This record gives sequence, C-alpha cells and structure tokens, in this order.
Amino acid sequence: MQDVGKSKAARALDVEDLSVRYGQSLAVDGVTLAIEPGEVVALLGPSGCGKTTLLRVIAGFVRQAAGRVRVDGATIDHLPSNQRNIGIVFQNYALFPHMTVAENVAYGLRARGNRGPEVQAAVTRFLDTVQLGAFHQRLPRQLSGGQQQRVALARALAIEPSILLLDEPFAALDRNLRLDMQIEIKRLQRTLGLTTILVTHDQDEAMSVADRIAVMNKGKVEQFDTPVAIYDRPQTLFVNGFIGTTNLMNGKIAGLQNGMATVALDAGASLSLPAPAGIGLGAPVHMSVRPEQLALSSVPGPDTWKIEPGLALPIGAQLVHEARTADGTFLKIIEPRRAVMSEAARAYCTLAADARPTLFPRSP
Amino acid sequence: MRTMTPPSPDGATSPADGGGKRSVTAEWQLALPLALAFASIFLAPLLMLVGVSFFNDDKISQPGFGQWAKFLGDPFSYKVIADTMLLGVKTVGATILIGYPLALVYLDASPRVQKVLIFVIVMPLLLSVVVRTFAWIVVLGREGVVNTVLMQLGIISEPLRLLQTELGLVISLTQIEMPLMLLPLISVMSRLDPNLRDASAALGASRWRTLFTVIVPLSMPGLVAGCLLVFASSTTAFISQSVIGGVRLIYLPLLIWQQSLVVFNWPFAAVVSIALLISVLTVVSALSWLGRRSGGYVHG
Ligand SMILES: Nc1ncnc2c1ncn2[C@@H]1O[C@H](COP(=O)(O)OP(=O)(O)OP(=O)(O)O)[C@@H](O)[C@H]1O
Ligand SMILES: [Mg+2]
Repeated sequence: MQDVGKSKAARALDVEDLSVRYGQSLAVDGVTLAIEPGEVVALLGPSGCGKTTLLRVIAGFVRQAAGRVRVDGATIDHLPSNQRNIGIVFQNYALFPHMTVAENVAYGLRARGNRGPEVQAAVTRFLDTVQLGAFHQRLPRQLSGGQQQRVALARALAIEPSILLLDEPFAALDRNLRLDMQIEIKRLQRTLGLTTILVTHDQDEAMSVADRIAVMNKGKVEQFDTPVAIYDRPQTLFVNGFIGTTNLMNGKIAGLQNGMATVALDAGASLSLPAPAGIGLGAPVHMSVRPEQLALSSVPGPDTWKIEPGLALPIGAQLVHEARTADGTFLKIIEPRRAVMSEAARAYCTLAADARPTLFPRSP
Repeated sequence: MRTMTPPSPDGATSPADGGGKRSVTAEWQLALPLALAFASIFLAPLLMLVGVSFFNDDKISQPGFGQWAKFLGDPFSYKVIADTMLLGVKTVGATILIGYPLALVYLDASPRVQKVLIFVIVMPLLLSVVVRTFAWIVVLGREGVVNTVLMQLGIISEPLRLLQTELGLVISLTQIEMPLMLLPLISVMSRLDPNLRDASAALGASRWRTLFTVIVPLSMPGLVAGCLLVFASSTTAFISQSVIGGVRLIYLPLLIWQQSLVVFNWPFAAVVSIALLISVLTVVSALSWLGRRSGGYVHG
C-alpha cells in the first residue's frame, strides 16, 4: 500500500448550536462540537438520533433551522455543497452504478475541470491506496460490499478534501475487514491530515478509531469527550447506559459530608461515594456500576448486600455471574475465572477495590 | 430497478431446485389453455390480415401480389409512412422536452405536492380520447382559446391556423400522450438513490453536470419506455389524427380507414395495416433494444 500525497494543513471544524427541523420534529437539536484540526470524532448514538442529518448539514445537503458550521473559523453555511470541498462516504456508498470504478474515482476530478493523464494518475494512486488497482474497469455491482466501500472512500479522497465525513462506513463489512478498514482509515486520515467525523452506532468502533466521541441522543449531544472519559465518567444516565454494560441500582442519599454522599441502597447496603453536584439529602438516586467493578463475597458487612446467585457464564478468561438482589434488581458481575465457587461463597456482593460507581438523580 | 437476490445457501439448493423444476413445468402446462386462447384471439386475425393482403381484388377472390405491388410502387405510400413516423418522432421529442423537466420537478416536490401532480398527470388517462381531442379543437380553433388570447394581447392580428396542421396535431398529441411518457419516467426516477445527487454535488459537480452525467443516464430505462409508448400510441392515434389533422393530413391509420370503410378495398387496407405494423414494430424494437442495454446500468 502506498502513501497518498503530502499531508496538508488540517482544518478545524466548528458546529455551533446547530438545529435541523423536519416538519414539526427537531432531528438535530442545538448541537455544538468544536473539532480540532486533524481530529477524528465519532458520532455515536442509537438509530434515528440525528447522526446522518448532522453530517448532511455539514456537507451542505440540508439547511439548518439555526446555528452555524465553520471551517477554520469561516462560516460555510452560504456555500452550496459542490463548493465545500468536503469528502463524504455515504451509509449506502452511493457509487454511480453506471460508471466503472475508475470513472467513479475520477468523477470529482473531472467535475473540477481536470482532464487527461493527470486524472488517470490520481485515479491509479487512490485506487492503489485502497488496494483496488486491479478492479478499475469493474462496475460497482460487480464488487463486494467491502470493495464498494473502499471505492467510495477512494472517490471521496480523490478530491483531496479538507474534511472527511464517514456515515457508518464499516456497517456492511465482516469483522476482519472491518478492523483492516478501521486501521486503514486511521492511517490515511493521519497522513492526509484529515479532520474526520465518523458516524457509527458501534461503540467499540468509536472507542478504537476516534480521538473523541460525541454521544448523541434524540438530536442532542449528551457528552463530547475522549473514549476513556466517556467510559469511566459518563455524564448522563443515557451515556452511562449506552456505553458498555452497566448495572443500575436504586438508592437514596442518606448523608452528605465533605463532598461525599452516603448512599443507602434499596438492596440493603450503605456506601460512601463522591456526591454528584446539586444533589440533596434524601434524594433518590441511581447508582451505576460496571459489572467488572462488582465483586462477590461470602461475608456480610455494612457495605455488602445479599444476593441470590444465578447462572455463571464463562466468557474468555472471565466468569459472568448473574444475580438478583433483595429488592429484585438483576445484576451482572464479572470476576476472573477461579476454582468452582460454592453457593455460600457467592451469597453477598460488594464493590470491587477500584470501583468508581456513578450516581445519577432519579425521579422517585 | 433490479435487486440482487442473494444466492441461497448450498444446503437448501438441491432439493428445492428439483421441486422448483417440476413445478415450473406444471405451471407452463397450466398456462397452456390461456396461451391458446390468446393465440386464437390475437394471432388468428393477424394471419387473416396477412392472408387478405394477398388478393388482387376487393371481392377477395383472386389471389396475387397486386395490392402489394400497388402500395410499394406508389411514392405516395412512402410519403405517408414517413409522415406517420415523423409525427411519432415529433410527438416523442415534444413529450421528452416537456415531460423530462416535469419529472424532475415531481422528484423534487414534497410528498403532498407529488400526490397532486400524480393526479394531474394521470387525469388525462381517465378521460376518453374523444373528449380530449374535442377539447383541443376548442383550444386550437380559429376562435379558440389560443387565438383569442394571442389576438387580445396584440401578438398576432390574424388568427393562427392550428387545426388541420401538423403543429396543432403535435401539440394536442403531446398533451394526450404525456402520461405515457411521465409515468415510466417518474417510476424509474423516483427509485434512484437520492444520495447519488448529493454524492455528485459533494464531489464538486454543478447541478447541470449532475443532471447530464448521473440522472439522465440512470433514468434511460424510463425514458426509453416512455418513448416507446408515446411513439406507438401517437403513430396509431386515429381519432386525434383524423379529427385534429383533418382529411388533408394523411397518416397510415387514416389511409387504412379510407381503404377499408370508404373505398371498401380490404386487401389494400390489409397491406397498409401491415406496413404500419412493421414500421412501428421496427422503431419500437430498436428503442427497446436500447432500453435493455441501458437497463443494465440500473440496479438496487
Ligand atoms: N428527509 C427527512 N424527512 C423527515 N424526517 C427525516 C428525514 N431524514 C431524517 N428524518 C428524521 O430525522 C431523525 C434523524 O434521522 P437520521 O437519519 O439523522 O438518524 P441517524 O442517527 O443517522 O440514524 P441511523 O443510525 O438509523 O442511520 C429521524 O427521526 C428521522 O426519522
Ligand atoms: Mg444514519
């Protein structure tokens, strides 16, 4: 695989307070994202949360009801999409079905008035980059999904855009190819200095490819942060539930002191945890804790609660225990695989040593 | 638009396939009575027509090639064939010029406007050709709407002659045949992936470039189907041709009518019918060959 072009100055992309209205409903609702030059940002969220719509505004296909899009500080809202120089790979690739692979890749260059050997050279270069040099005379329908996806990528890159928008580019690929393409995109994006937005609803993909993740829900950005921060310090209950697996336990604030809250769990335990801002004494809360942050125990204590152990499923080197608390909440607990444990050894549950549960206010 | 059917998994193929083949044979046999009925209804009259054309006299008693010789030896016949085909070509041209932009407007319209447009497009089909043709007489006549408006605006001082001219006939046929152009065109165009236009724009193409490099090539199957229907329908539109064109503009259908119902020379009418059939079929099969070729581009 050969390198494409020289790396250009990457551009900053700012989305400011952007809203998009379809009829009565807001598909994008006051989204603000400040994206650094050369950064990869993943838009992560459930189906219908407005990810594609946001991309379509940036590309200029849809007009926003409010807000601005800036590239390097200058608004681009007045520019039609054919003057924005933004590369986009569509969710369904949208290759031109009546053109060969080479014609597809050459399309943007020809539209810019380039002709002849210059175009040929660029087409060869970009097709080699995505390892499809041998396929230049094929029609899109004669290619596999993964190959079509790579043609779409080559076509978008051939116009040497300053910003690259990828709408679920890996959705149709199998696991291995998906990993290859993720690495490939990351590498191309680095060498070309491309500010990139990647839409996905696969959190692992977002975690592995993106520098920062914007978690979206119902048209709003719930949290915009690094993958680690999103995983470890989810700021809303939605982000918490959407990223990774988590257990939610109900409780009440039984005491507040020096920024620490004493939480009385309905399951029957009392825990001392960092208090969230603006929470009052007696307020009902959710405690969110990851399965690997719970531990099994055989001894009762003030910070342990009784459980009714259920199935234990081995997953790799770990064992996933299912359990039911006294107040009827089902828990998932992940522990390293050890020797067979008796029922008695699994009678109680507690927080693991390094656990960082998060508290969220709850409506009673 | 063709969708690609995924190959069925290997295990399931062989038994299902065997059953499939048997049932295909059975289906073919089931369709046989219907096929025979169609053959007798459509094929038999056609054969009779061919048969009748090989008689020299209008009593259909002396077999011979006389009528064919008469038709093929007369330069007037070729002029009528050419005029008829030209009428078809002109009508097709006019329906494309007006229909294609209309289809584009339809494509861009909101769903509610689309419903209204479809109704307007289909409505002419719900009216009898006779009614539509007579409406055009009212519009195009010496004291018709067009002339009155143009005179009042002072654009013309003498009424234009529109009835009994080819121009008037093409105008009215364009309106009468428009649904046949628009319906296939719209059905193909609305199945095009809307992302293709956006993709083209994002790659830097202007709207015109997108139109001519993406939308037109991909809508070819619909366009060809529309041309085919409009051509076949306008070249054989006896009522419109004779009512608006009058007796001075002679096309093949009028010639057939004169020969069979005025002169009662059935063998000659049969010859003209076959000439019409062959001319239309030639153009139509050329068009549909084009359509099949371009149809290969379109897929899901
Ligand atoms: N052209 C449109 N007209 C009306 N509503 C639309 C249109 N396009 C999208 N929407 C609505 O806007 C919302 C956001 O859609 P969008 O396509 O941005 O979702 P998404 O996050 O990309 O979802 P997915 O993950 O399924 O692709 C949805 O509720 C959708 O129904
Ligand atoms: Mg989407």
